[in-house]
Amino acid sequence: MALLSFERKYRVRGGTLIGGDLFDFWVGPYYVGFFGITAAFCAVLGTMLIFLGASMGDTWNPWLISIDPPDVAYGLAVAPLNEGGLWQAITFFATGAFISWALREVEICRKLGMGYHVPFAFSVAVFAYITLVIIRPVLMGAWGYGFPYGIMSHLDWVYNTGYMYGNFHYNPAHMIAITFFFTTTLALAMHGGLVLAATNPEKGEEVKTPEHENAFFRDFIGYSVGTLGIHRVGTLLALSAGIWSAICIVISGPLYEGSWIEWWNFLKDVPMWADPDVA
Amino acid sequence: MADYQNILTQVQVRGHTDYGVPLQTPGDDRDLITGHNYLAGKLGDAQLGPIYLGATGVASLLSGAIAIIIIGLNMLASVDWNPLKFVFLMPWLTLDPPGPEYGLQVFPPLAEGGWWLIAGGFLTASILLWWIRSYRRARALGLGTHITWAFAAAIWLYLVLGFFRPIAMGSWSEAVPFGIFSHLDWTNNFSLIWGNLFYNPFHMLSIVFLYGSTLLFAMHGATILAVGRYGGEREIEQIVDRGSASERAALFWRWTMGFNASMESIHRWAWWFAILCPITGGIGILLTGTVVENWYEWGIANNFAPPY
Repeated sequence: MALLSFERKYRVRGGTLIGGDLFDFWVGPYYVGFFGITAAFCAVLGTMLIFLGASMGDTWNPWLISIDPPDVAYGLAVAPLNEGGLWQAITFFATGAFISWALREVEICRKLGMGYHVPFAFSVAVFAYITLVIIRPVLMGAWGYGFPYGIMSHLDWVYNTGYMYGNFHYNPAHMIAITFFFTTTLALAMHGGLVLAATNPEKGEEVKTPEHENAFFRDFIGYSVGTLGIHRVGTLLALSAGIWSAICIVISGPLYEGSWIEWWNFLKDVPMWADPDVA
Repeated sequence: MADYQNILTQVQVRGHTDYGVPLQTPGDDRDLITGHNYLAGKLGDAQLGPIYLGATGVASLLSGAIAIIIIGLNMLASVDWNPLKFVFLMPWLTLDPPGPEYGLQVFPPLAEGGWWLIAGGFLTASILLWWIRSYRRARALGLGTHITWAFAAAIWLYLVLGFFRPIAMGSWSEAVPFGIFSHLDWTNNFSLIWGNLFYNPFHMLSIVFLYGSTLLFAMHGATILAVGRYGGEREIEQIVDRGSASERAALFWRWTMGFNASMESIHRWAWWFAILCPITGGIGILLTGTVVENWYEWGIANNFAPPY
């Protein structure tokens, strides 16, 4: 049985957004719900289309399988299946699966009397994905600007797209996004480490308290954000990483087509300190 | 949706300053300078300080200050001591390591990398002293030393970039310069020289753990905020005596993805994901140029790179 010892009393009816009681049940540990049905439908169909695309390709090497978007020449039209149409269908079903998953999380939140923070956070990730494969291609006028679905091929896409704009490291939004990724990881190490340090103290010591946690960080760096605050900070940092990632790619092309290296030249061109010898 | 979602503190209560639980090490004293900040209190705790300085702390701050001053003065000299240019051309300013002609020479001319070596030495001393401090502050409170070992993982990556790999390659010129654009250029060129770092499997792992850490913190942070109305942020209490907050948080993920962590194990996931990011990254950097000359060709040889 897939029930945890305390689970039965939480498995109550209600909280659904759509479908009333019709899909209000569990399969094993999974809650189903209307959006569970749509998520499963989209995910299964999308995965089958990926396998279909792989079967039409020339390799079964999992690193090299790639489902490519249509050629830029197709613009925003529907392409034949084996010329990018599969990519379009997979993108459609992936988006459907992700949105279904977020709404299913909303239903689970309502069942458990929780806030909507997790589905909101997940929506930011979905938004970043939609920015890459729908918003930016539409703004640029061709599905061909989406990234291919493949392990090595999507890395090549990142590499090539970056150098199309000079050097992506110079993209200011990319700088901000990376800073958020690194800071989130630092904060996660400190938070995880602190809780483990309090609950797994030296041999012979008793488990410590949040007052010890506060004292440690105040002693160490002069400030402790507190037990509630660290979860606000962590969530904010992580979501900012996703949001700025979406911004850094959506401005490259639709808003700015040049080299990000040259974008910074405005700083050099101010007459007061302009000096062609520097840098 | 109109319910209180616990995004910001609504009412700030300001009681007496908390000077912290007593230190277990006799003779240790905190610096009792404290303050309060209203904006910090909107997001988390409003109290600033007290801080423990101590010998290693003071030595670390001094070493760090010396490193930053050396870097700053070198940058200022590079724009003819013009403070306006120093500020507005800051992104381009740099203090570079010695050129390849100096190899691993310990005393190259100051203007040709000598200052870089001295600044790097002070910065490293500062970081190592701060690392010792993280251990001693934890022990003074009877805590575990998990943060110290996580910090060690970051120091490993730092030392690989500026110390271990340059030594393995036989030249300080392989190390990273101090500068905004210059360290980005170093990163960019490092990938181009050694055949595209995206094909380096340890780089792949490092990115997986970087993104994975961000994903985990979004999931964990959001989950705890969502069960804040049940006291979910009292994590230690929930670990030793499971309450409704833990149960709901666990069931949320169980019903969503069929698997859940516990209130303690999520912090183990967090710690491991975060430390594996610099550990795998450091391995990837150390192998580059020393063991593997061209990651793309290495990928071809190992049957995972597409032949172009």
